[in-house]
Amino acid sequence: MRRKEKIIEFLLALAGAITVLTTIGILWVLLYESVLFFKEVSIVEFFTDTQWTPLFADKHFGILPLISGTILTSLIAIIVALPIGLSIAVYLNEYAHPKVRRTVKPVLEILAAIPTVVYGFFALTVVTPYLQTIIPGLAGFNALSPGIVMGIMIIPLISSLSEDALYAVPKSLREASYGLGATPFQTSFQVLIPAASSGIIVSVILAISRAFGETMIVAVAAGLEPRLTLDPTVPIATITTYIVQVSMGDVAQGSLEFKTIFSAGMMLFVFTFILNTISARVKKKFYHKYE
Amino acid sequence: MNNRLKNNLFKYWAIACTLFGIIMLGVFLVNIFVDGFGRLDWVFIKYLPSRKAENAGIYTAVMGTLWILGLTAIIAIPVGVAAGIYLEEYGKKSRFANILEINITNLAGIPSIIYGILGLEVFVRTAGLGSSLISGALTLSLLILPVIIVATREAIKAVPKTIREASYALGASKWQTISEQILPAAGGGIVTGVILALSRAVGETAPLIVVGALTYVPFVPQTPMDQYSVLPMQIFNWISRPEKEFAVNAAAAIIVLLIITFVMNGTAIFLRNRWQKKVKW
Repeated sequence: MRRKEKIIEFLLALAGAITVLTTIGILWVLLYESVLFFKEVSIVEFFTDTQWTPLFADKHFGILPLISGTILTSLIAIIVALPIGLSIAVYLNEYAHPKVRRTVKPVLEILAAIPTVVYGFFALTVVTPYLQTIIPGLAGFNALSPGIVMGIMIIPLISSLSEDALYAVPKSLREASYGLGATPFQTSFQVLIPAASSGIIVSVILAISRAFGETMIVAVAAGLEPRLTLDPTVPIATITTYIVQVSMGDVAQGSLEFKTIFSAGMMLFVFTFILNTISARVKKKFYHKYE
Repeated sequence: MNNRLKNNLFKYWAIACTLFGIIMLGVFLVNIFVDGFGRLDWVFIKYLPSRKAENAGIYTAVMGTLWILGLTAIIAIPVGVAAGIYLEEYGKKSRFANILEINITNLAGIPSIIYGILGLEVFVRTAGLGSSLISGALTLSLLILPVIIVATREAIKAVPKTIREASYALGASKWQTISEQILPAAGGGIVTGVILALSRAVGETAPLIVVGALTYVPFVPQTPMDQYSVLPMQIFNWISRPEKEFAVNAAAAIIVLLIITFVMNGTAIFLRNRWQKKVKW
């Protein structure tokens, strides 16, 4: 009996250990292949060259254009998602009837359940043609359209998490504010949002991290052309779309071109890891705030 | 501007924001429905892919998706549920459990395409599995593992202490308590979480592109070692083509993909509600 219990515990722990192996695997793969990559390409060139053309005859290995594309599309997404998502959170928490809240929240969360390749289709066939009627010089592939659609996709992420944070603010604070004669608007913006700020910050950081790693929307609608620019109207590429492009092509495994996806992947991993670590720190602080 | 006016203005703005979200969802669904519904018939589902848009079907892609779904479920469910049980029931204060916990939070934040890179190096190249169904399923399993683990833990956490204590009081061992009392009581929550995780796997495209899922597969996979395509890959391929007819095909295939996703999500929510009603502590 005792023995059986021990064996079961060991097997369960083993299953848990697989998650640790996954992390170690990711780090090892990215580091190992990146080291091989940097034996052939200078790390200075990687961070300073303004062109990224590993698939062309005239090869340049500057990661900056991919980083600028990633930041540009993510920035557009956050500009769309933050004001809308936060307004929805405040509305559902402070204004809406509980019934409305119970219906609207799951409906919005459907937005997060739709596969991203479907959003890509939407960006390319609906949003881009529409934007072209407003912005005449807009290229068929651009950063603006996938950025906006990505923003729509992450609205529920921001609205749900921010609403949870607002909801978790102790009732006494809210009642004190109303007791002093404040309107719901004043209560929300001068009491609740400052009190829930760490939870809201966490939601925004997670949204940015999600946008950095988003692949299919950008792969479909942004054009796969690495370009060091912050102009949202021209074709660009991101770290993720470059990896997709190489994987779809007929690049020989083990070649220098092939290794570029690992060095690009390393950059993406580092960026999202930093963001996730910051959000975990903020979250830890937040949970101790009102206990 | 007085306070009441400000308050009302914000209220209308916030309602507009909420409606914007809902309307975009509506526009989105209606648009795809209008584009693709005419193309959607039994022939479209039963046909093999083709270079000609009007002859092309999604049969092999749908079969690939079902294969991936099944294999991923077989791999990810036992491992994920076991790890969840360990964390919630055994490893409470140990250092190992602490590391696991931080690690799982981190894993959940890693972009899916990075899992693709891991799968490419470990399963496709090192383990020599090639661009097969099993490589794809293993990669997606690692991707959804954190979701299943978190759902399992939440479900177990919701089981009241009294059940556990009653079981121990009757002389049951730890594993007997878990397998006979806790797991049946937490089953609804676990099943819900598992279905949501699998529905995420069905919609994933990026990691499968990296581990070598194909865009054109003229045969139905027969074994886990076969090459394959999946619905999202087929959709991506059709979207990337310049001809208008392929966009129509893409819309029709998207309808099928959305139906699968929504049915899975709907089932999960239905089961959760039913379970909540049935089990009253």
